[in-house]
Amino acid sequence: MNKHKPTNRMLITGNEACGEGAVKAGCRFYAGYPITPQNELTAYMSKRMDEVGGVFIQAESELAAINMVFGASVAGARAMTTSSSPGISLKQEGISYLSGCELPAVIVNIMRGGPGLGNIAPSQSDYFQATKGGGHGDYRIVVFAPASCQEMMDFTSHAFDIADRYRNPVMILGDGMLGQMMEPIAVDGAGETKDNARHTKKWALTGCKGRKPNIIRSLLLKEGELEKLNIKLQKKFGEMKKNEVKYETYKTEDADVVIVAYGISSRISRAAADRLRKEKIKTGLFRPISLWPFPYRALKSLDKGKTKFLTVEMSAGQMVEDVRLAVQDDKRIQFYGRLGGAVPTEEEITEKIVNMAK
Amino acid sequence: MEKIVFKKPESLREITTHYCAGCGHGIIHRLVCEVVDELGVRENVVAVAPVGCAVIAYDYWDFDVTEAAHGRTPAVATGIKRVLPDRLVFTYQGDGDLAAIGTSEIIHAANRGENISVIFVNNGVYGMTGGQMAPTTVLGQRTATTRKGRDSGRDGFPLKISEMIAVLEGARYIERTSVSSPKEILKTKRAIKRAFEIQIHNEGFSMVEILSMCPTYWGLAPLEASKRIEAQMVKAYPLGILKQ
Repeated sequence: MNKHKPTNRMLITGNEACGEGAVKAGCRFYAGYPITPQNELTAYMSKRMDEVGGVFIQAESELAAINMVFGASVAGARAMTTSSSPGISLKQEGISYLSGCELPAVIVNIMRGGPGLGNIAPSQSDYFQATKGGGHGDYRIVVFAPASCQEMMDFTSHAFDIADRYRNPVMILGDGMLGQMMEPIAVDGAGETKDNARHTKKWALTGCKGRKPNIIRSLLLKEGELEKLNIKLQKKFGEMKKNEVKYETYKTEDADVVIVAYGISSRISRAAADRLRKEKIKTGLFRPISLWPFPYRALKSLDKGKTKFLTVEMSAGQMVEDVRLAVQDDKRIQFYGRLGGAVPTEEEITEKIVNMAK
Repeated sequence: MEKIVFKKPESLREITTHYCAGCGHGIIHRLVCEVVDELGVRENVVAVAPVGCAVIAYDYWDFDVTEAAHGRTPAVATGIKRVLPDRLVFTYQGDGDLAAIGTSEIIHAANRGENISVIFVNNGVYGMTGGQMAPTTVLGQRTATTRKGRDSGRDGFPLKISEMIAVLEGARYIERTSVSSPKEILKTKRAIKRAFEIQIHNEGFSMVEILSMCPTYWGLAPLEASKRIEAQMVKAYPLGILKQ
């Protein structure tokens, strides 16, 4: 995935790497509200926005934070807000408005155990919320799932380009472990990504000097107007499905068993696959990187007719529904998940596959 | 030769509004536009429309306008102003938007001393949704959800949000006016101008609360509605400068 020339190496947490990715992409507006396990990210942005002359606001609520980001995006800035599961629930209204108003923004969810207040341990139980809607209305957002500190940085940078390209919010879906673990990352000297040019955002509200006034809205009351907007949005979402699918495969060529896992679960699953190979069970890993659009076709292409699939998630089984849609043969798909902030171990996954292979 | 004694402000589009007969929004929209014209800032304005009767203000104003989710209006304005500090950024909000669902956003925007202006239209009722009780509905007032009149024991008291905001250190200028008569309308215009000038001089958060008529959901003829402001509303909401 990463073809960085290691010009500048940093030992950094996933949360901080995410913040650095945003800064690198030219994000100069951040609003957030304290919530564990993503507080290092907010603190990092407070420091970095000061250093690069950006805006940092500790908002009075998650609602205010996402709507400040809405305002910054209206004004043409690259803007980001971050939170963890309960806070992301509060932001759903804003995400729906961003999509309806065709405004770019980056939203990061460092997932924790739920439902309700849950706990502060890593979890992957917001997959449905992230990929199937979350807020009201027929909208979609691209969701990227990093699995390392390096990817926390790289995918966050990339998310700003995708958001601007489609004028739609993009989500980075991490978890408490990814957010808080430290790894060395390579920061290249490339600086801002190419798409960041506020002056090219002709739709932004900057005062109507030398042009007709711009209006940003999602309220369309006249007959047929809202359907027209929806058709336009769906066309855009169709383009995203075509262009933004990302995934990674690991030792899948000859695999009899394919583990499907994303984020931190994929790291553990990869180790399990290696261990199983030593026990002569040909195991591979398919790792969706874009959770929406989900890589249905790429996953199906690994199915040799008798291939078995094990979906590993830190949830009660959410992504497994997309795996079933892709493979279209439920008998060959199994699920292993841990709930409420529990993390599956390499041994648990190995044991499950040994039993499947019998 | 013809002498022009009255004309449409440049910032106001030539279009018939959707407002009911005798509604105060039309007057206040016009006042905002007159002030924008007089300050010569039309091309520098970024306005934020609320959810409520004034939701389609962008159809009437001839400058940049965005919508905002219900009540989040000051948070959206905060984002815009921080990115574009040299633009004139104002919100236009009703009592449901500002004093109910958006109470948190308005208090904290004021407390941060955001250099934005707020036009707060208080007619004591939810107009767009059919005349329900607002936080600013006066005691005894009948609405769709207070059939026998607002009862403090059940419904609480009229919320004096301008007084609340006036005690905040971040608030620079807070005034309450009305549009019940030509004299009060002129005072309102002066207050809007003052609020915008304060922002232009980077002095901080300014808000004008304007008592306005809703003849439809007050069940009154337009003239009677204007009289009701003077007879009843100003008792709960005294006019004048609350913070300067």
